[in-house]
Amino acid sequence: MSSPQSSHTNNTKHSRWVKTTHWIGTIGFLLLVFSGFEILMVHPRLYWGDAGNDLMPSLFELPISRNYHHLGWEKAMPFFDYAGAPISASRTYDIFNQNGWGRSLHFLSAWILVIAGVIYLFTAIFSGHIRNNLLPGAKEFSRRVFYQDMVNHWRRNVSFVKGPQYGVLQKSSYIIVIFFLLPVIVLTGLTMSPTVTASCPFLLTIFFGAQSARTIHFFAAMLLLLFLMVHVVMIIRTGFKQQMRAMTFEK
Amino acid sequence: MKKKHLITRRTAIITGVSSLSALLLNGCSKSSPPTYGNILRMGDALTYNAQRVLLPGQSLAKEYTHGDISSFPATGTTNPADSSKPYFSHDYERFQNKAFEDWRLKIEGRVAKPGIYSLADLQRFPSRTQITRHTCEEGWTAIAEWNGVQLSLVLQAAGILPSARFVNFYSYDGFNDSIDMLDAFHPQTILAYGMNGRNLPIQHGAPLRIRVEKQIGYKSVKYLQRIVVTDEFVDTGDSGWAWFVGI
Repeated sequence: MSSPQSSHTNNTKHSRWVKTTHWIGTIGFLLLVFSGFEILMVHPRLYWGDAGNDLMPSLFELPISRNYHHLGWEKAMPFFDYAGAPISASRTYDIFNQNGWGRSLHFLSAWILVIAGVIYLFTAIFSGHIRNNLLPGAKEFSRRVFYQDMVNHWRRNVSFVKGPQYGVLQKSSYIIVIFFLLPVIVLTGLTMSPTVTASCPFLLTIFFGAQSARTIHFFAAMLLLLFLMVHVVMIIRTGFKQQMRAMTFEK
Repeated sequence: MKKKHLITRRTAIITGVSSLSALLLNGCSKSSPPTYGNILRMGDALTYNAQRVLLPGQSLAKEYTHGDISSFPATGTTNPADSSKPYFSHDYERFQNKAFEDWRLKIEGRVAKPGIYSLADLQRFPSRTQITRHTCEEGWTAIAEWNGVQLSLVLQAAGILPSARFVNFYSYDGFNDSIDMLDAFHPQTILAYGMNGRNLPIQHGAPLRIRVEKQIGYKSVKYLQRIVVTDEFVDTGDSGWAWFVGI
């Protein structure tokens, strides 16, 4: 194994495959955020478990469309004769719903992100990018280094570094995004698919049900957006022009 | 002459793009839905082909217990006998007034024995009861018990021809849709006449609806009038909604 020092010295440029998959993945991600927000607007309620709908209590509800707290329901019809039995009712007005294009765009952009992600992952593993540039080295994995890096960020004492010579906080956040948040968001997305869960029923088990998967999908999206914000802020702080050149056409 | 067997980046990209477009071109033949040159429909076609290639089996959707049955919103058409609605059907109103005694289901197209079935005819087939999760494209889910006859039994009784590729459903509210043979012969794809231990309520598609448990809710057409088996995809134009919604 190479020491962190030796692997750092020659990494002064982002590889071409890193740049390509980064930007294709970015396009996919932004389209997913856009279409995902539209889909959430149609039903801005989140639940836990397998079943969840307007006639059942929600975990929480987001005020993001006219469907928020909508109470336009005909008289409820109980399915069974006992008190508190599950009910059925129909709507008294048309809800906001643009899912015809919203859902199709969401899955099209999911293909873009997943294909870019898979190419990235294979290349990153076999080229040693993960081992050399992303995994914090043994020396970096100390409370002191983490603390120092945090203090540096707090004091805005982080400067532009060419290529993938990442700090320990930067490495850790990339690792969390690549190996935790993105896999979780893809898998919870698939857990909402009736065909996929018929073939892979364990998905419903590990995410506690189809609606729980939807809720986890939402929180993973929020964390990825938080990451995107911090990522962009750090790029601006450390020199937007230089960073963009390094990540695009610089040879 | 000897050719170099070297996979350059260029050949890799060309091979990749052409095989991907071959997958998408499927949408242009009449053996699957047209894409209308719409990039969203091409994405749908990719999802459809990928799911059929990667998940080819007839695995069952999760079935629940009686205690899991939940409340269930009725959406879309909730009564074709409502004369104030554009989807009002005079015939349906007539059937509803006589408790669907005169209602009949037509089965035609690529079958050896086209026929007309009353509710009692369908109830004479062996029945199947399943407690499953309905997944609405809006984002909500609901669990209910469905009781009916497997579509495969009815299609076999009608003598479905080997060339058949699609089963088309026509509804009294003017809605129509189709599914492929993999979904049509899925053991949980049933013509349902019962819900939660009672006759299928008007709001949920009385007297008969299809249940396609491996797709999103809108494929489970309500208020069935006619089933037509075809060799080719019946193109009724781009509705703006994906034809295949296994996702």
